[in-house]
Amino acid sequence: MIGAPLFRPFVIFVGLLAGWQAIVIALGLPRFILPGPLEVGSTLFRQADKILPHLWITLSEIGIGLVLGTVLGTCSALVMAYFTPLRRWLMPVLVVSQAIPVFALAPILVLWFGYGVASKAAMATLIIYFPVTAAFFDGLRRTEPGWLDLAHTMNGSRWAVLRQVRIPAALPAFASGLRVAAAVAPIGAVVGEWVGSSAGLGYLMLHANARMQVDLMFAALFTLAVSAVVLYFALDTLLRRAISWQHESEPSEEV
Amino acid sequence: MLFDDLHLDLPGGRWTCLLGPSGVGKTSLLRMIAGIGGGDREVEITCGDGKPLHGRAAYMAQQDLLLPWLSVLDNALLGSRLRGEGRKREPLARELLKSVGLGDRLHDRPAALSGGMRQRVALVRTLVEERPVVLMDEPFSGLDAITKLELQSLAARMLRGRTVLLVTHDPLEALRLGHQLLVLSGRPVRFEPATVPPSPTPRDVRDHSVLALQGDLLDLLTQAKLAEVA
Repeated sequence: MIGAPLFRPFVIFVGLLAGWQAIVIALGLPRFILPGPLEVGSTLFRQADKILPHLWITLSEIGIGLVLGTVLGTCSALVMAYFTPLRRWLMPVLVVSQAIPVFALAPILVLWFGYGVASKAAMATLIIYFPVTAAFFDGLRRTEPGWLDLAHTMNGSRWAVLRQVRIPAALPAFASGLRVAAAVAPIGAVVGEWVGSSAGLGYLMLHANARMQVDLMFAALFTLAVSAVVLYFALDTLLRRAISWQHESEPSEEV
Repeated sequence: MLFDDLHLDLPGGRWTCLLGPSGVGKTSLLRMIAGIGGGDREVEITCGDGKPLHGRAAYMAQQDLLLPWLSVLDNALLGSRLRGEGRKREPLARELLKSVGLGDRLHDRPAALSGGMRQRVALVRTLVEERPVVLMDEPFSGLDAITKLELQSLAARMLRGRTVLLVTHDPLEALRLGHQLLVLSGRPVRFEPATVPPSPTPRDVRDHSVLALQGDLLDLLTQAKLAEVA
């Protein structure tokens, strides 16, 4: 069947919308409590020029956070994998840092980095730093011992073994970390916007909510959800392409 | 204690096969010689030419240990890549891959190859290192009977003139390839030499002396195993 991979998500999507509309009609909910999908759709369409600028702001926050968090996470994992003594010092710090909820830091970050994009990008960076670091470091630590033995008999230097064997071998784990990062980065950005901002989808939602423009709020929420899903699948596709050998060597995996 | 005051002589340019029950320490011994995972054991290795063995032994394991993200050619050149030598061994790698029948698979990934082909790439990777000593740990044990015989003959042909230490649990393999057969047994380990067929390697499976000695070798292995249990 042509387009089979898209068929199922499409049916689920349409089914969810139909269920939503059915609940609105069946319960006779007023539009300021729960507007129907048709109404949200029309708001989305009519107010697109109002929503779009906010979308760009939020996307840039997510994008900057993803890049910074990935770079920092990658460097931390590499440093811990290469300098073994440093690991014992860094690992507890890393774990303890996760005990502080990032949401609790949001007001401080806004205080430090201001109401603009920077504080939200910092939130997104913080929230994805740990999954990226943990996943990549785990991958670097779990290199097939046989490969390391072989590399040792070939007189490879520590650095060469890291670059030629351990890093490529850790890429699938790294990719898992990035997928988690792509899924949670929007949370960081939006929470930052809620705490203090003058732009972005999170700001727009709060703003609309306060004015009982529930249809606009839902339109913003819908935009956010769609862009988060698109971001995730775009990254997933990219990673699959980049690490195609992983799937070649695991043919039994259901994709 | 696994080893104590154990002495092993590997005649230059010949194949020495180590046999023995599982867990007797064949693999540990080979790994100690290869310089991997010896722990705190004291190992003294002297070579006939008085130079150290370090950097002159190539290692081949039971798993092919091919890196799934590298092509067949790049896998064969792994040693060069790790030592940052550039492409100087590439012509040799290409030629060897061609001679083992993989000339048209140079740019395939290992996942696209069968078990026998993968182990042939591993053999080529070992040969590309151009090291006089080759340490092999059951390199053919994961293969089906026919592929195994094929690869044994190929290895015997291509490793001619090198000093080879082969750990195996297959008596037929040892009798086809070995110039010296040692059965390991007991704790601490001792070597029991077994009779070697007189014909040149790789010996035919129908070779009378191979067939006759297989029974004797199996007897030796059974005794070694009983000693292990006792």
